[in-house]
Amino acid sequence: MKLVYFAWVRTRIGKAEETVHPPPEVHDVETLLEWLKRHSPGHAEALKDVSALRIAVNHEHVSIHHAVHPGDEVAIFPPVTGG
Amino acid sequence: MIRVQREDFDPGAEIEKLTAGRHEIGGVVSFIGLVRDMAGGAKIGAMTLEHYPGMTEKQLAAIEAEANARWPLSASLIIHRYGRLEPGDRIVLVITASPHREAAFEACHFLIDWLKTKAPFWKLEDTERGPQWVAADAKDDKAAARWAEK
Repeated sequence: MKLVYFAWVRTRIGKAEETVHPPPEVHDVETLLEWLKRHSPGHAEALKDVSALRIAVNHEHVSIHHAVHPGDEVAIFPPVTGG
Repeated sequence: MIRVQREDFDPGAEIEKLTAGRHEIGGVVSFIGLVRDMAGGAKIGAMTLEHYPGMTEKQLAAIEAEANARWPLSASLIIHRYGRLEPGDRIVLVITASPHREAAFEACHFLIDWLKTKAPFWKLEDTERGPQWVAADAKDDKAAARWAEK
């Protein structure tokens, strides 16, 4: 599974993307975030407030209850500020 | 049409190109977003727009398709820039053209409201206090919510 990070999520984690192999209990965005928080102090800091995060799976905006699968590209970022 | 680019654009030339030879068009509406020199009381030197290549194009195309499904548009164009921009620089262009002005006005307003809450762009401002990520504005969510289908 490919993870991509943007804006302050990227700077707090310290990288723009990484490939991970989550265990079977990771089945949706919520369980993925819980599992990811344990990776490093940077991950824990970036992901501590889930309400401040927005998620896209395979380029579509999704809720934290959306399912995730091994081949997915999951993006984690703050609310968008374009326009 | 949608375009995501680092370079500036010429709004007049874009309108010309979009409407050339299209004599069913009776009205053209355009919105141009510019970089301000102030944000939340702090002076801005410049800003850097980061985006999510791949998702950005997909989201802008989906928003444009939605506008074309909801209003009878003859033509539409969205250009969004990324990279480093300075106060006064153009950030975004939305053009809508229709036989009648109402559809063009409404669709243009809808497009800019929706892209502000759905297109994956993030602004990093250089302020007097150092670089700061711009926080999303609840007013933008409210503006976008007005267009939710009843």
